[in-house]
Amino acid sequence: MTRMKLFRFTLTMVLCFSALALLTGATRPDAGDMPVIDITAKRFAFSPDKITLTKGKTVKLRIHSEDVTHGFFLRPLKLDEEIPAGQTIEVTVTPQQAGTFTLICDHFCGANHGNMNMTVAVE
Amino acid sequence: MKQPDRRSFLKIAGSSLGIGVLYSAYPAARAGGGTGGFFDSLGQANGEKVAPFSFIQLSDAHVGFNGPPDPLGTKAFERAVDMINGLPQRPDLVLFTGDLTHDTEDRDVHVQRMKQFQEISKRINVPVIKHVPGEHDAGLDGGALYREMFGDTHYSFDHRGVHFVALDNVTRAKPEVGVEQLAWLKKDLARFPKTAPIVVFTHRPLFDLRPDWEWFTSDGDDVMNVLSAYDNLTVLYGHIHRDDEHQTGSVHHYAARSLIFAFPDPIGATGQRKPMPFDKDHPFKNLGIRSVSFNGAPQPGSASLSIDDIELTAREFRGINGVQQLLRNPNV
Repeated sequence: MTRMKLFRFTLTMVLCFSALALLTGATRPDAGDMPVIDITAKRFAFSPDKITLTKGKTVKLRIHSEDVTHGFFLRPLKLDEEIPAGQTIEVTVTPQQAGTFTLICDHFCGANHGNMNMTVAVE
Repeated sequence: MKQPDRRSFLKIAGSSLGIGVLYSAYPAARAGGGTGGFFDSLGQANGEKVAPFSFIQLSDAHVGFNGPPDPLGTKAFERAVDMINGLPQRPDLVLFTGDLTHDTEDRDVHVQRMKQFQEISKRINVPVIKHVPGEHDAGLDGGALYREMFGDTHYSFDHRGVHFVALDNVTRAKPEVGVEQLAWLKKDLARFPKTAPIVVFTHRPLFDLRPDWEWFTSDGDDVMNVLSAYDNLTVLYGHIHRDDEHQTGSVHHYAARSLIFAFPDPIGATGQRKPMPFDKDHPFKNLGIRSVSFNGAPQPGSASLSIDDIELTAREFRGINGVQQLLRNPNV
Protein backbone atom coordinates (compact mmCIF):
# COMPACT_ATOMS: atom_id res chain seq x y z
CA MET A 1 0.00 0.00 0.00
CA THR A 2 1.40 3.39 -0.92
CA ARG A 3 1.93 6.01 1.75
CA MET A 4 -0.96 8.10 0.38
CA LYS A 5 -3.30 5.15 0.43
CA LEU A 6 -2.22 4.25 3.94
CA PHE A 7 -2.80 7.83 5.06
CA ARG A 8 -6.25 7.89 3.53
CA PHE A 9 -7.12 4.53 5.05
CA THR A 10 -5.99 5.62 8.49
CA LEU A 11 -7.87 8.92 8.22
CA THR A 12 -11.01 7.10 7.15
CA MET A 13 -10.79 4.68 10.06
CA VAL A 14 -10.25 7.52 12.53
CA LEU A 15 -13.25 9.41 11.18
CA CYS A 16 -15.42 6.31 11.27
CA PHE A 17 -14.54 5.43 14.83
CA SER A 18 -15.00 9.03 15.97
CA ALA A 19 -18.44 9.14 14.40
CA LEU A 20 -19.28 5.82 16.02
CA ALA A 21 -18.15 7.09 19.40
CA LEU A 22 -20.24 10.25 19.00
CA LEU A 23 -23.33 8.32 18.00
CA THR A 24 -23.07 5.89 20.90
CA GLY A 25 -22.48 8.64 23.44
CA ALA A 26 -19.08 7.35 24.35
CA THR A 27 -16.96 9.50 26.57
CA ARG A 28 -14.18 11.49 25.16
CA PRO A 29 -11.61 13.51 26.97
CA ASP A 30 -11.79 17.26 26.89
CA ALA A 31 -8.81 19.53 26.97
CA GLY A 32 -8.27 18.71 30.65
CA ASP A 33 -8.50 14.91 30.14
CA MET A 34 -11.87 14.79 31.90
CA PRO A 35 -14.25 12.49 30.11
CA VAL A 36 -17.29 14.21 28.61
CA ILE A 37 -20.63 12.62 27.95
CA ASP A 38 -22.99 14.37 25.56
CA ILE A 39 -26.67 14.01 26.33
CA THR A 40 -29.65 15.36 24.42
CA ALA A 41 -32.97 16.19 26.03
CA LYS A 42 -36.02 16.38 23.83
CA ARG A 43 -39.65 15.73 24.66
CA PHE A 44 -39.98 13.15 26.07
CA ALA A 45 -36.66 11.31 26.24
CA PHE A 46 -32.99 11.66 26.99
CA SER A 47 -30.51 10.36 24.45
CA PRO A 48 -28.68 8.18 25.22
CA ASP A 49 -31.14 6.65 27.61
CA LYS A 50 -28.38 5.01 29.63
CA ILE A 51 -24.91 6.11 30.68
CA THR A 52 -22.31 4.29 32.72
CA LEU A 53 -20.04 6.07 35.18
CA THR A 54 -17.24 4.90 37.44
CA LYS A 55 -17.37 5.38 41.18
CA GLY A 56 -14.92 8.04 42.29
CA LYS A 57 -14.14 9.17 38.74
CA THR A 58 -15.16 12.68 37.73
CA VAL A 59 -16.96 13.08 34.44
CA LYS A 60 -18.46 16.08 32.69
CA LEU A 61 -22.03 15.80 31.47
CA ARG A 62 -22.90 18.13 28.62
CA ILE A 63 -26.66 18.28 28.23
CA HIS A 64 -28.41 20.01 25.35
CA SER A 65 -32.12 20.73 25.12
CA GLU A 66 -33.44 20.47 21.62
CA ASP A 67 -36.75 22.04 22.48
CA VAL A 68 -38.15 23.27 25.81
CA THR A 69 -36.71 23.64 29.29
CA HIS A 70 -35.96 20.28 30.85
CA GLY A 71 -34.90 19.21 34.30
CA PHE A 72 -31.99 16.88 35.10
CA PHE A 73 -32.48 15.41 38.55
CA LEU A 74 -30.87 12.53 40.41
CA ARG A 75 -30.59 13.01 44.15
CA PRO A 76 -28.04 10.21 44.94
CA LEU A 77 -25.55 11.87 42.56
CA LYS A 78 -26.52 15.39 43.67
CA LEU A 79 -27.67 16.27 40.17
CA ASP A 80 -30.32 18.99 40.10
CA GLU A 81 -30.07 21.10 36.98
CA GLU A 82 -32.23 22.87 34.47
CA ILE A 83 -31.46 22.94 30.79
CA PRO A 84 -33.06 26.08 29.32
CA ALA A 85 -34.88 25.70 26.03
CA GLY A 86 -32.49 25.23 23.14
CA GLN A 87 -29.41 25.63 25.32
CA THR A 88 -26.55 23.49 26.59
CA ILE A 89 -25.29 23.19 30.12
CA GLU A 90 -22.31 21.38 31.58
CA VAL A 91 -22.13 19.75 34.97
CA THR A 92 -19.39 17.66 36.52
CA VAL A 93 -20.18 14.70 38.72
CA THR A 94 -18.05 12.34 40.79
CA PRO A 95 -20.23 9.41 41.83
CA GLN A 96 -19.63 8.30 45.40
CA GLN A 97 -21.77 5.19 45.35
CA ALA A 98 -22.19 2.34 42.94
CA GLY A 99 -25.58 1.27 41.75
CA THR A 100 -28.18 1.75 39.08
CA PHE A 101 -30.22 4.92 39.30
CA THR A 102 -33.02 6.62 37.39
CA LEU A 103 -32.43 10.23 36.48
CA ILE A 104 -35.57 12.17 35.64
CA CYS A 105 -36.67 15.32 33.93
CA ASP A 106 -38.26 17.17 36.82
CA HIS A 107 -39.27 20.29 34.93
CA PHE A 108 -42.80 19.68 33.68
CA CYS A 109 -42.55 19.69 29.92
CA GLY A 110 -45.85 18.23 28.72
CA ALA A 111 -48.12 15.23 28.70
CA ASN A 112 -45.52 12.45 28.74
CA HIS A 113 -43.13 14.26 31.02
CA GLY A 114 -43.71 11.70 33.76
CA ASN A 115 -41.76 9.02 31.91
CA MET A 116 -38.86 11.16 30.69
CA ASN A 117 -35.90 9.54 32.37
CA MET A 118 -32.58 7.83 31.81
CA THR A 119 -30.61 5.10 33.55
CA VAL A 120 -27.35 6.02 35.22
CA ALA A 121 -25.22 2.98 36.06
CA VAL A 122 -22.31 3.56 38.42
CA GLU A 123 -19.76 0.76 38.51
CA MET B 1 -57.21 -1.94 57.96
CA LYS B 2 -54.88 0.94 58.71
CA GLN B 3 -54.61 2.36 62.22
CA PRO B 4 -53.63 6.04 62.10
CA ASP B 5 -52.20 7.70 65.12
CA ARG B 6 -54.70 8.45 67.83
CA ARG B 7 -53.54 12.01 68.12
CA SER B 8 -54.84 12.88 64.67
CA PHE B 9 -57.64 15.33 65.05
CA LEU B 10 -59.37 14.08 61.94
CA LYS B 11 -62.10 11.58 62.24
CA ILE B 12 -62.67 10.01 58.90
CA ALA B 13 -65.99 8.50 59.68
CA GLY B 14 -68.67 6.43 58.16
CA SER B 15 -69.07 5.18 54.63
CA SER B 16 -67.73 8.10 52.82
CA LEU B 17 -68.11 9.06 49.25
CA GLY B 18 -67.14 6.78 46.46
CA ILE B 19 -64.25 8.27 44.74
CA GLY B 20 -63.11 11.02 47.01
CA VAL B 21 -62.41 10.96 50.67
CA LEU B 22 -64.76 12.16 53.37
CA TYR B 23 -63.34 13.60 56.49
CA SER B 24 -64.98 14.61 59.68
CA ALA B 25 -63.27 16.97 62.03
CA TYR B 26 -64.58 15.71 65.32
CA PRO B 27 -61.65 15.62 67.57
CA ALA B 28 -61.05 15.35 71.24
CA ALA B 29 -62.97 18.57 71.75
CA ARG B 30 -66.23 16.64 71.92
CA ALA B 31 -64.76 13.57 73.53
CA GLY B 32 -63.54 15.67 76.38
CA GLY B 33 -59.93 15.26 75.55
CA GLY B 34 -57.12 17.59 76.49
CA THR B 35 -57.48 19.78 73.43
CA GLY B 36 -61.10 20.62 74.18
CA GLY B 37 -60.14 23.85 75.90
CA PHE B 38 -57.93 24.80 73.00
CA PHE B 39 -60.75 24.50 70.49
CA ASP B 40 -62.90 26.78 72.60
CA SER B 41 -60.17 29.40 72.79
CA LEU B 42 -59.42 29.08 69.08
CA GLY B 43 -63.05 29.66 68.30
CA GLN B 44 -63.03 32.75 70.49
CA ALA B 45 -59.81 33.96 68.83
CA ASN B 46 -60.97 33.69 65.22
CA GLY B 47 -64.62 34.38 65.79
CA GLU B 48 -65.76 30.95 64.66
CA LYS B 49 -67.64 28.55 66.78
CA VAL B 50 -65.75 25.29 66.93
CA ALA B 51 -68.02 22.47 65.91
CA PRO B 52 -67.63 19.12 64.27
CA PHE B 53 -67.88 19.04 60.50
CA SER B 54 -67.08 16.87 57.55
CA PHE B 55 -65.33 17.65 54.32
CA ILE B 56 -64.31 15.88 51.17
CA GLN B 57 -61.12 15.53 49.22
CA LEU B 58 -61.28 14.97 45.47
CA SER B 59 -58.26 14.80 43.23
CA ASP B 60 -56.89 14.47 39.70
CA ALA B 61 -60.03 14.88 37.61
CA HIS B 62 -57.85 15.57 34.54
CA VAL B 63 -60.76 17.12 32.66
CA GLY B 64 -59.88 16.95 28.99
CA PHE B 65 -58.20 13.55 29.18
CA ASN B 66 -59.93 10.87 27.13
CA GLY B 67 -57.64 7.88 27.37
CA PRO B 68 -56.08 5.48 26.94
CA PRO B 69 -56.44 3.83 29.32
CA ASP B 70 -59.61 5.47 30.62
CA PRO B 71 -62.15 6.23 27.88
CA LEU B 72 -64.75 7.61 30.27
CA GLY B 73 -63.70 11.24 30.29
CA THR B 74 -65.48 13.03 33.10
CA LYS B 75 -67.87 10.19 34.06
CA ALA B 76 -66.11 9.34 37.30
CA PHE B 77 -65.92 13.02 38.25
CA GLU B 78 -69.62 13.44 37.56
CA ARG B 79 -70.37 10.29 39.52
CA ALA B 80 -68.43 11.75 42.45
CA VAL B 81 -70.53 14.91 42.26
CA ASP B 82 -73.76 12.87 42.38
CA MET B 83 -72.52 10.87 45.34
CA ILE B 84 -71.52 13.96 47.30
CA ASN B 85 -74.94 15.47 46.65
CA GLY B 86 -76.56 12.25 47.83
CA LEU B 87 -74.80 12.13 51.17
CA PRO B 88 -77.19 12.13 54.13
CA GLN B 89 -75.25 14.89 55.81
CA ARG B 90 -73.94 17.64 53.58
CA PRO B 91 -70.20 18.21 53.96
CA ASP B 92 -69.07 21.73 54.72
CA LEU B 93 -66.44 21.92 52.05
CA VAL B 94 -64.64 20.18 49.22
CA LEU B 95 -60.90 20.32 48.63
CA PHE B 96 -59.54 19.53 45.18
CA THR B 97 -55.88 18.50 45.37
CA GLY B 98 -54.77 19.34 41.86
CA ASP B 99 -54.72 18.22 38.24
CA LEU B 100 -58.20 19.57 37.82
CA THR B 101 -57.55 19.54 34.09
CA HIS B 102 -55.26 17.71 31.72
CA ASP B 103 -52.50 19.82 30.25
CA THR B 104 -52.44 21.20 26.71
CA GLU B 105 -50.22 23.76 25.05
CA ASP B 106 -53.23 25.36 23.38
CA ARG B 107 -54.36 28.11 25.74
CA ASP B 108 -57.88 28.26 24.34
CA VAL B 109 -58.32 24.51 24.79
CA HIS B 110 -57.01 24.74 28.33
CA VAL B 111 -59.46 27.54 29.10
CA GLN B 112 -62.30 25.34 27.85
CA ARG B 113 -61.12 22.45 30.03
CA MET B 114 -60.97 24.67 33.09
CA LYS B 115 -64.45 25.99 32.33
CA GLN B 116 -65.74 22.44 31.96
CA PHE B 117 -64.20 21.56 35.32
CA GLN B 118 -65.91 24.56 36.89
CA GLU B 119 -69.25 23.66 35.32
CA ILE B 120 -69.10 20.14 36.77
CA SER B 121 -67.86 21.19 40.19
CA LYS B 122 -70.49 23.92 40.38
CA ARG B 123 -73.07 21.14 40.60
CA ILE B 124 -71.64 20.06 43.95
CA ASN B 125 -74.12 21.17 46.56
CA VAL B 126 -71.49 22.23 49.09
CA PRO B 127 -71.01 25.85 50.15
CA VAL B 128 -67.22 26.00 50.01
CA ILE B 129 -64.98 24.53 47.31
CA LYS B 130 -61.24 25.09 47.39
CA HIS B 131 -58.49 24.05 44.98
CA VAL B 132 -54.78 23.74 44.54
CA PRO B 133 -53.30 23.26 41.06
CA GLY B 134 -51.50 20.23 39.77
CA GLU B 135 -48.62 20.29 37.30
CA HIS B 136 -51.09 19.60 34.48
CA ASP B 137 -52.98 22.77 35.44
CA ALA B 138 -50.04 25.06 36.02
CA GLY B 139 -46.71 23.48 35.16
CA LEU B 140 -46.36 24.78 31.59
CA ASP B 141 -47.12 28.47 32.17
CA GLY B 142 -46.09 28.97 35.78
CA GLY B 143 -49.73 29.00 36.87
CA ALA B 144 -50.73 32.12 34.89
CA LEU B 145 -53.95 30.67 33.46
CA TYR B 146 -54.81 28.86 36.70
CA ARG B 147 -54.60 32.13 38.66
CA GLU B 148 -56.83 33.79 36.10
CA MET B 149 -59.46 31.06 36.37
CA PHE B 150 -59.20 29.88 39.97
CA GLY B 151 -57.21 32.41 41.98
CA ASP B 152 -54.18 32.07 44.19
CA THR B 153 -52.14 28.91 44.06
CA HIS B 154 -51.25 29.09 47.74
CA TYR B 155 -53.34 30.58 50.54
CA SER B 156 -54.89 29.70 53.86
CA PHE B 157 -58.25 29.95 55.56
CA ASP B 158 -59.98 28.90 58.74
CA HIS B 159 -63.11 26.83 59.11
CA ARG B 160 -64.79 25.91 62.39
CA GLY B 161 -61.55 26.18 64.30
CA VAL B 162 -59.43 24.25 61.82
CA HIS B 163 -56.72 26.04 59.86
CA PHE B 164 -56.44 24.99 56.21
CA VAL B 165 -53.30 25.68 54.17
CA ALA B 166 -53.21 25.35 50.39
CA LEU B 167 -49.62 24.66 49.37
CA ASP B 168 -48.38 24.95 45.80
CA ASN B 169 -45.63 22.56 44.71
CA VAL B 170 -46.28 22.68 40.96
CA THR B 171 -46.15 26.19 39.47
CA ARG B 172 -42.38 26.39 39.58
CA ALA B 173 -42.53 23.52 37.03
CA LYS B 174 -40.17 21.57 39.24
CA PRO B 175 -41.62 19.68 42.20
CA GLU B 176 -40.81 22.26 44.84
CA VAL B 177 -42.44 24.80 47.08
CA GLY B 178 -39.68 27.38 46.86
CA VAL B 179 -38.05 29.75 49.28
CA GLU B 180 -40.64 32.52 49.10
CA GLN B 181 -43.60 30.25 49.71
CA LEU B 182 -41.73 28.47 52.50
CA ALA B 183 -41.23 31.82 54.21
CA TRP B 184 -44.94 32.56 53.77
CA LEU B 185 -45.81 29.15 55.26
CA LYS B 186 -43.67 29.74 58.35
CA LYS B 187 -45.21 33.16 58.90
CA ASP B 188 -48.74 31.85 58.33
CA LEU B 189 -48.40 28.99 60.81
CA ALA B 190 -46.49 31.02 63.40
CA ARG B 191 -49.82 32.53 64.45
CA PHE B 192 -50.97 29.19 65.85
CA PRO B 193 -49.95 27.15 68.87
CA LYS B 194 -48.36 23.77 68.23
CA THR B 195 -51.55 21.96 69.18
CA ALA B 196 -53.66 23.76 66.57
CA PRO B 197 -55.62 21.50 64.22
CA ILE B 198 -54.19 22.12 60.76
CA VAL B 199 -54.87 20.58 57.36
CA VAL B 200 -52.36 21.18 54.58
CA PHE B 201 -53.61 20.30 51.13
CA THR B 202 -51.28 20.15 48.17
CA HIS B 203 -50.73 18.21 44.97
CA ARG B 204 -47.43 16.31 45.13
CA PRO B 205 -46.27 14.24 48.11
CA LEU B 206 -44.10 16.23 50.48
CA PHE B 207 -41.84 13.24 51.06
CA ASP B 208 -39.87 10.90 48.80
CA LEU B 209 -42.54 8.39 47.89
CA ARG B 210 -41.11 7.41 44.50
CA PRO B 211 -38.65 10.05 43.21
CA ASP B 212 -37.99 8.28 39.90
CA TRP B 213 -41.71 8.63 39.16
CA GLU B 214 -41.54 12.26 40.27
CA TRP B 215 -43.59 11.43 43.35
CA PHE B 216 -41.76 13.81 45.66
CA THR B 217 -41.13 17.46 46.46
CA SER B 218 -37.47 18.41 46.24
CA ASP B 219 -37.65 20.82 49.19
CA GLY B 220 -40.11 18.59 51.01
CA ASP B 221 -37.69 18.19 53.93
CA ASP B 222 -37.67 21.96 54.43
CA VAL B 223 -41.46 22.02 54.35
CA MET B 224 -41.71 19.15 56.80
CA ASN B 225 -39.31 20.90 59.17
CA VAL B 226 -41.94 23.63 59.40
CA LEU B 227 -44.98 21.35 59.54
CA SER B 228 -43.60 18.83 62.00
CA ALA B 229 -43.58 21.45 64.74
CA TYR B 230 -47.36 21.00 64.97
CA ASP B 231 -48.94 18.09 66.81
CA ASN B 232 -52.28 17.96 65.00
CA LEU B 233 -51.31 18.51 61.39
CA THR B 234 -52.49 16.38 58.49
CA VAL B 235 -51.40 16.58 54.87
CA LEU B 236 -53.79 15.71 52.07
CA TYR B 237 -52.45 15.32 48.57
CA GLY B 238 -53.09 13.82 45.15
CA HIS B 239 -50.84 13.30 42.12
CA ILE B 240 -50.25 9.57 42.60
CA HIS B 241 -53.73 8.42 41.54
CA ARG B 242 -54.07 5.98 44.38
CA ASP B 243 -54.77 6.07 48.07
CA ASP B 244 -51.81 6.00 50.34
CA GLU B 245 -50.98 6.76 53.93
CA HIS B 246 -47.61 7.80 55.27
CA GLN B 247 -46.36 9.22 58.53
CA THR B 248 -43.42 11.50 59.19
CA GLY B 249 -43.11 12.18 62.88
CA SER B 250 -46.52 13.30 64.05
CA VAL B 251 -47.70 14.30 60.59
CA HIS B 252 -49.96 11.99 58.61
CA HIS B 253 -50.05 12.24 54.83
CA TYR B 254 -53.09 10.92 52.99
CA ALA B 255 -53.24 10.59 49.21
CA ALA B 256 -56.56 10.41 47.43
CA ARG B 257 -57.48 8.29 44.46
CA SER B 258 -58.01 10.04 41.17
CA LEU B 259 -61.13 10.61 39.15
CA ILE B 260 -59.59 9.34 35.91
CA PHE B 261 -57.33 6.26 36.23
CA ALA B 262 -55.07 4.62 38.77
CA PHE B 263 -51.33 4.09 39.00
CA PRO B 264 -49.83 0.92 40.47
CA ASP B 265 -48.44 0.49 43.94
CA PRO B 266 -45.06 2.25 43.96
CA ILE B 267 -43.62 -0.29 46.37
CA GLY B 268 -41.94 -3.00 44.37
CA ALA B 269 -43.02 -1.75 40.95
CA THR B 270 -40.15 -1.49 38.48
CA GLY B 271 -39.67 0.45 35.31
CA GLN B 272 -41.84 3.20 33.93
CA ARG B 273 -44.85 4.55 35.72
CA LYS B 274 -47.80 3.27 33.70
CA PRO B 275 -51.54 3.61 34.34
CA MET B 276 -53.33 0.50 35.41
CA PRO B 277 -55.34 -1.05 32.58
CA PHE B 278 -58.95 -0.02 32.10
CA ASP B 279 -61.45 -2.73 32.94
CA LYS B 280 -64.56 -2.25 30.85
CA ASP B 281 -66.50 -4.61 33.11
CA HIS B 282 -65.57 -2.53 36.16
CA PRO B 283 -65.13 0.99 34.83
CA PHE B 284 -64.60 2.62 38.20
CA LYS B 285 -62.13 0.00 39.39
CA ASN B 286 -59.48 1.48 41.68
CA LEU B 287 -61.57 4.61 42.05
CA GLY B 288 -63.19 3.38 45.20
CA ILE B 289 -64.49 4.51 48.53
CA ARG B 290 -62.41 5.30 51.56
CA SER B 291 -64.19 4.95 54.87
CA VAL B 292 -62.34 5.82 58.02
CA SER B 293 -64.05 5.13 61.33
CA PHE B 294 -63.49 6.68 64.70
CA ASN B 295 -63.25 4.01 67.39
CA GLY B 296 -64.80 6.01 70.18
CA ALA B 297 -63.02 8.31 72.60
CA PRO B 298 -59.24 8.02 72.45
CA GLN B 299 -57.69 5.89 75.13
CA PRO B 300 -54.03 6.01 76.07
CA GLY B 301 -52.04 3.75 73.81
CA SER B 302 -54.92 2.88 71.51
CA ALA B 303 -55.66 4.02 68.01
CA SER B 304 -58.80 6.07 67.54
CA LEU B 305 -59.07 5.98 63.78
CA SER B 306 -59.31 3.14 61.30
CA ILE B 307 -59.58 3.18 57.53
CA ASP B 308 -61.57 0.92 55.23
CA ASP B 309 -61.07 1.12 51.49
CA ILE B 310 -64.12 0.06 49.53
CA GLU B 311 -63.95 -0.16 45.78
CA LEU B 312 -66.72 1.57 43.94
CA THR B 313 -68.53 -0.32 41.24
CA ALA B 314 -71.10 1.21 38.97
CA ARG B 315 -73.34 -1.81 39.51
CA GLU B 316 -73.98 -0.79 43.09
CA PHE B 317 -75.98 2.10 41.85
CA ARG B 318 -77.72 0.94 38.73
CA GLY B 319 -78.00 -2.83 38.83
CA ILE B 320 -76.32 -3.45 35.50
CA ASN B 321 -72.72 -4.15 34.87
CA GLY B 322 -69.74 -2.23 33.95
CA VAL B 323 -69.19 0.26 31.23
CA GLN B 324 -72.38 -0.71 29.42
CA GLN B 325 -74.50 1.22 31.84
CA LEU B 326 -72.39 4.25 31.34
CA LEU B 327 -72.65 3.99 27.59
CA ARG B 328 -76.35 3.24 27.73
CA ASN B 329 -77.18 6.00 30.15
CA PRO B 330 -74.97 9.07 29.96
CA ASN B 331 -76.67 10.39 33.07
CA VAL B 332 -75.27 7.63 35.31
